Amino acid sequence: MKDGKNNILPGTHEILTQRKSAILQKWYQRILDSYPAEAARFFKEEQDRFANPVGTTIYQALEGLYEEILQGMEAGRVRACLDSIIRIRAVQDFSPSQAIAFIFQLKHVLKEELAGEIREKGLSLEAVEARLEDLALLAFDIYMQCREQLWELKVMEIKNRTARILERANLTINFPY
Amino acid sequence: MASLPKPDELLAINYKPPRTGWMDTPVKFRRGTYLYGAKPKNLEAVGLPNPREWSPEEEDWKLPENWQEIILEGLRERLGRFRSLQIFMDACVRCGACADKCHFFIGTGDPKNMPVLRAELLRSVYRKDFTTAGKLLGKLFGARELTLDVLKEWYYYFFQCTECRRCSVFCPFGIDTAEITMIARELLNLVGCNIDWIAAPVANCYRTGNHVGIEPHAFKDMVEFCVDEIENITGIRVEPTFNRKGAEILFIAPSGDVFADPGTYTLMGYLMLFHEIGLDYTFSTYASEGGNFGMFTSHEMMKRLNAKMYAEAKRLGVKWILGGECGHMWRVINQYMDTMNGPADFLEEPVSPITGTKFENARSTKMVHIVEFTADLIRHNKIKLDPSRNDHLKVTFHDSCNPARAMGLFEEPRYILKNVCRNFYEMPENTIREQTFCCGSGSGLNSDEYMEMRMRGGFPRANAVKYVRDKYGVNMLACICAVDRAVFPALMDYWVPGVAVAGVHELVGNALVMTGETERETNLRGEPLPVKGKGENGGE
Repeated sequence: MKDGKNNILPGTHEILTQRKSAILQKWYQRILDSYPAEAARFFKEEQDRFANPVGTTIYQALEGLYEEILQGMEAGRVRACLDSIIRIRAVQDFSPSQAIAFIFQLKHVLKEELAGEIREKGLSLEAVEARLEDLALLAFDIYMQCREQLWELKVMEIKNRTARILERANLTINFPY
Repeated sequence: MASLPKPDELLAINYKPPRTGWMDTPVKFRRGTYLYGAKPKNLEAVGLPNPREWSPEEEDWKLPENWQEIILEGLRERLGRFRSLQIFMDACVRCGACADKCHFFIGTGDPKNMPVLRAELLRSVYRKDFTTAGKLLGKLFGARELTLDVLKEWYYYFFQCTECRRCSVFCPFGIDTAEITMIARELLNLVGCNIDWIAAPVANCYRTGNHVGIEPHAFKDMVEFCVDEIENITGIRVEPTFNRKGAEILFIAPSGDVFADPGTYTLMGYLMLFHEIGLDYTFSTYASEGGNFGMFTSHEMMKRLNAKMYAEAKRLGVKWILGGECGHMWRVINQYMDTMNGPADFLEEPVSPITGTKFENARSTKMVHIVEFTADLIRHNKIKLDPSRNDHLKVTFHDSCNPARAMGLFEEPRYILKNVCRNFYEMPENTIREQTFCCGSGSGLNSDEYMEMRMRGGFPRANAVKYVRDKYGVNMLACICAVDRAVFPALMDYWVPGVAVAGVHELVGNALVMTGETERETNLRGEPLPVKGKGENGGE
């Protein structure tokens, strides 16, 4: 992913670093808005990572992703951050588009939050947006892996439940996969 | 063929959930998030009402014409019978202490999974028909009519509560949401709205004594399969007996330990232990199941299915009963069996024949939990253990909800684990003991069609396991519940790959040094044992 062509310009990098906290909060809020209000409040306010695994995992992963977008998109770390968010949203009540929409939402947040700089200083977000597109493509893969894994787990469970009984009845079936 | 969305519809992606109030947001039944309806043959088998082919996804649930009357009358009757229910309906002040304690709320973010709101699903109907203010003020007083949408909501959410009772630990009034769920499920059963994953095991249990519907010869055969395996590993042929009159002890385990991996390894552990200490025990091929899905159907069904335990103990003339590693089985035994199926005055107060320890806590039920029994053996140095055989494992312990919160069984399993393995790590404090997080699949929700919802509900537990995996390298999740053993492998694969699942007695079986055994080359799973002195990587 680190191709050198889409390096973020030093000026942009500096602004994105300075405004990190505000941008991250807004980005997180966009994700929270996809949950019912009572849940969003809980996910945001409860800081204990064991009492609130959804909120804390998503926040940490967003922070990690933001850092990667700024620093250079190390494939392993990007994948881990995306996976921890999408793995949760892939089993919640979301359509695929809703589950991964958070990636595109950062674009809107950046445009909103940095409107002044874009207008007055001609700040360009082109390189950041290119990175978000890479993230989006990777997100499709991860979302599909999660959903496919769910079905695999179902199959494995059914097989395991019957395997011993079939074995005792001398009905061992070698599934060719 | 399904109609294709138009381009403008495709573009209308809504990122936000509906902002309607909870009373006005009907349930959508989407595959993966609901459980299939009970098949008619399974309701007929035990005489439950309204057997018919139906699906929760369909508009028409094929209910009896007077279904509202049946349910309201059922509620009236239960309010009279169960004082606790009347109190639970009236006492809640909506303080919110329970709200964020449910694993389903934490994992789904669905407000109707807040225990207070789950109870409100029933309470709102109670207010409408059983309180004056509710009759007069309606919605203003939080009251609503029992409509078909409400009934569907009950089905969706009362079969989305695992009766784990974590919320009740935090309720200042001691309101037990599990009991509210139990009553709601009873009411649903009055009009034939059970789930098949509960109805089928109930029907099987009634016919053959176990969930799977396995008959006596096959049950015996399955246990003997484990006997063969033990002989292959240890060179010792253990000799369990079946339906043997005059045995001192009747042993009852969950059938999951007999029929499905990794439960079978736990069964091998029991068999090896009993052989080594020379226990005079027998299996019953009718009381061939400790689990009781009757508990998730109605009080009457729980009693009916549980009766086999004392009946078989009496028929076989044993002195007392020893029970295996199971979850809800122990809630039934510890909290209901004595008054429900007892008094078991034909049995004796349990005394360990090996150590002489009196199990005074079981004086009334006459049934002892195997981890209490084994912990006592270890405490008295009655068995020889080589924990290095488990050196390739870094173990953590999941407190199964019912043994933890319904029995307070916290120390015994840990004591055993610390004696049979040398690498033991606790999960964070607010996820264990009385605050333990449910597996997300208890109370009859462990069906494969429910996989997506199970992953949501099990996430808080898995998250704590992930923490100890990442911090200490934990690779084994030990537990004392057959449902845990059945569902954790999938939960771990999804959230915490690299962590396997075992019953405590599987690890006991591995560490147990048996008199006259050949040198073991593998553990009970047939995997090579760790090489001495090589520590955790020895077995890799």
